[in-house]
Amino acid sequence: MPYTPHTAEDIREMLDVLGLATVDDLFRSLPAAVRPPAGLDLPSSLSEEEVWRVMSNLAALNAGQDELASFLGGGVYDAAIPAAVDAVVSRSEFLTAYTPYQPEVSQGTLQVIYEWQTFVTRLTGLPVANASMYDGSTALVEGVRMALGRTGRDAVVLPAALNPRHRRVLETNLASEGVTILTAPIGAAGTTDPAALRALLDGRAGAVVIQNPNHLGLIEPVDALAAAARDAGALVVASVNPVSLSLLKTPAEYGAAVATGEAQPFGVPCGWGGPLLGFLSCSDELKRLIPGRVVGRTVDHDGREGYVLTLQTREQHIRREKATSNICSNQGLNMARGTVYLALLGTEGLRELGAANRVRCEALRAILRGIDGVQLPFAGPVFNEFVVRLPRPAREFRAFAREQGILAGIPLDGFAGCGAGDLLVAVTERRTADEIERYGSALRDFLEQ
Amino acid sequence: MSHERQGATPARWGADLQTSLFAKGRAGRRATTMPAWRGDDVDTALPAGALRAAPADLPSLSEPEVLRHYTLLSNLNHHIERGLYPLGSCTMKYNPRLNEKVAALSGFASLHPEQDEADLQGLLCALKLLQDALCEITGFAACSLQPAAGAHGEYLGMQVIRARHLDRGENGRTEVLIPDSAHGTNPASVVLTGMKPRTLKSGPDGRLDLDALRAAVGPQTAGIMITNPNTLGLFESDIVEVARIVHAAGGLLYMDGANLNAILGKAKPALMGFDVVHLNLHKTFSTPHGGGGPGAGPICVTQELARFLPAPVIREDAGVYRLDACAGECRPSVHAYMGNTGVCLRALTYILRLGGDGLTRVSERAVLNANYLRKRLEGLLTVEHAEGTLHEFIATGADWKEKFGVRTLDIAKRMLDYGIHAPTIYFPLIVDEAIMVEPTETESKETLDRFVDVVAAIRAEAERDPDLLRTAPHTTPVSRLDEAAAARRPDLSWLGPCNCG
Repeated sequence: MPYTPHTAEDIREMLDVLGLATVDDLFRSLPAAVRPPAGLDLPSSLSEEEVWRVMSNLAALNAGQDELASFLGGGVYDAAIPAAVDAVVSRSEFLTAYTPYQPEVSQGTLQVIYEWQTFVTRLTGLPVANASMYDGSTALVEGVRMALGRTGRDAVVLPAALNPRHRRVLETNLASEGVTILTAPIGAAGTTDPAALRALLDGRAGAVVIQNPNHLGLIEPVDALAAAARDAGALVVASVNPVSLSLLKTPAEYGAAVATGEAQPFGVPCGWGGPLLGFLSCSDELKRLIPGRVVGRTVDHDGREGYVLTLQTREQHIRREKATSNICSNQGLNMARGTVYLALLGTEGLRELGAANRVRCEALRAILRGIDGVQLPFAGPVFNEFVVRLPRPAREFRAFAREQGILAGIPLDGFAGCGAGDLLVAVTERRTADEIERYGSALRDFLEQ
Repeated sequence: MSHERQGATPARWGADLQTSLFAKGRAGRRATTMPAWRGDDVDTALPAGALRAAPADLPSLSEPEVLRHYTLLSNLNHHIERGLYPLGSCTMKYNPRLNEKVAALSGFASLHPEQDEADLQGLLCALKLLQDALCEITGFAACSLQPAAGAHGEYLGMQVIRARHLDRGENGRTEVLIPDSAHGTNPASVVLTGMKPRTLKSGPDGRLDLDALRAAVGPQTAGIMITNPNTLGLFESDIVEVARIVHAAGGLLYMDGANLNAILGKAKPALMGFDVVHLNLHKTFSTPHGGGGPGAGPICVTQELARFLPAPVIREDAGVYRLDACAGECRPSVHAYMGNTGVCLRALTYILRLGGDGLTRVSERAVLNANYLRKRLEGLLTVEHAEGTLHEFIATGADWKEKFGVRTLDIAKRMLDYGIHAPTIYFPLIVDEAIMVEPTETESKETLDRFVDVVAAIRAEAERDPDLLRTAPHTTPVSRLDEAAAARRPDLSWLGPCNCG
């Protein structure tokens, strides 16, 4: 049978040592009532070639972003993955290692985590980061929990233009913890209104979430929002697209206590939304409230530099019900992807990544501005994502564009005051000038139908 | 700051410690370059107030340097393709390469989660196949693939149980019973759902104590979380009676499926009387641990609880798959999308390769391996609760402590010198000096025999020279690390500038 080495002789010898006649004798402690009378009703074992055929045929029934020009975003982006990233993480040494509980034989994984923590702190400007969270949504949940834990308050302000998928996860989590959720409205500009936020803050809220850019792609007035939070004694929890931190103001620069986000564009395939790569960083004052694994640099008994899991008294395996979080397994290998990706980019590469996103985004916006009946409803600055308002239902255009090999965007109908014509469009460094031209042509053709 | 230069020294092959990545960069070096923009010039300027004051200071390296850095770092890791990994409750089995090849297929890996169902038919079919297989294996009616890890599955499972009680107006059911042998994630997950964990003391045989259970249940009981087989490797043979007691009190039963590798095809959680189970695909179903993740922790539930699972739900009608958003229903969500899909595809690949017959044999051989190893270790280590252990067992180094003055930690560290990863130690908490061994089915008899030889050799060393153990390991890239200093003065990121060498 696949993947096990036992010969019939091995089995007999092992049973002899145990003084048993059959393997099933080992299962005598299982009462008859719990045993399936006919075993498992599943197909029989297949050869590797047969399984490969089944699975590659299933894969062939899908159409992904390698064959379609994708303008989809909303938290997950069609970003280029250097071959070196796959080369490193497919090494068994990283792929098949366990959580580094035995540091003497896990220095590779531990040093990679320390490098990831460093990369995250350099992107967000905050001094402490952990080894990863499941995704951007759960990272944000944990960030809010940290801020509420620190302030001892029981309400959080979420922006109206928060990623709705993240909002849903926050609602599931916070409702059962008895946390009140308040919503800060957006103004006509499509960004959170600082005056309205101020009016909402009455001393109950311990956390104010700022998503930058917001779910309409717009760059938020982060300084004014953070000042409002600060004046009301609330901590700012930022949710940021880390690619945008190549250019945009860091959460530390506007005074966030926690910065979270989805780092999938750093070398992780979209994979239908998982596995992703949540990240979390925080101020020094909050470091003992941070969830999950954290690696520290130290020395061994012979004075050599080495790395260990540290501040473990926060964690579930020590603190049980008093732990800061229940997280145990995280997104380790994707964290390694992100680390190798950023090591390949360096300072210059990261800056160029930001610029490559910017120029493509603005090129498409320029084309769309020139199409009759099409509006860019919000005038404010964006990074690589924006709303386009069509005179006809966005869903119809999406279907029309798909016929031409284009994934046109995410319909926003019903989100934050958006209507049926509104479409969220993302443009990454993978899009070519030709694809961007084709997007414009497809929209013109659609409107002329 | 100038880069510190040291004289050249020879080093042992294969285990060179690496200088920090952040000290290796040099201004002007490049690895990745961005695709050139071949369109018209456009104004990309952003308002100054939106921009960061200075670019992020990252190391600049060439691609060969990056590859060499990570290859040399990788040499410092133990991993499943290198040697035995007998970590109890972690099921460190071989991770088939076919799984990786399948998950990397562009038709899966390049899908965006906001695409239409028409572009996802093969994927949805695969995920439905996996859900159906997991339901068959556990005996349940419905499955959610959304949880990204075991603890995440526990959390969702507790949310489901809480939602069901609230739905019936039973708001007072907020207490969850947890045996003292449970994983730390269990109580931590309960607390996060706003409920309260209550510890149940195990009986003298290491199993649930029915009298203690009867005394503990009541109108406050939301449910009980049980790992079965439990962390001692023992099947809770009274489980049907346990289920009767808890259900009679109005509570539900949650099974932590961390140890499912023991009972594939041999017992079904639904037949035991459970209402919810989570499965660790990165344990039982062979997906890699990746140095900490990503795993996947799907949950399976009874028909009654199906309507409390996250949306969307995959539906199939005459060979066409769609995602039902379950509009108008109030369902929980614990992940932005549908969970760790790539991990789920690996698990499906494994299940197809093994088949129903193969999965049953997985458990038979996992249990055979563990029992053989337990038996052979008699006289070397003290085995606790030996009667009826399944896929893992608990030994203790208690008599080593008495006779030789060495602790379980010392034994574990010395194993590293023999190329074996240390077993899980000091868990479960209810056994003093615990050593928890789970060999899994993918290890050969020769490997198990060598493990016994290694323990015998270490025991002889302990008798002769206990300091050899107390200061172990000796052949690893680093010796024991100063964890106290790491926690007292946390150094959590590189603070120096990059590219100044």
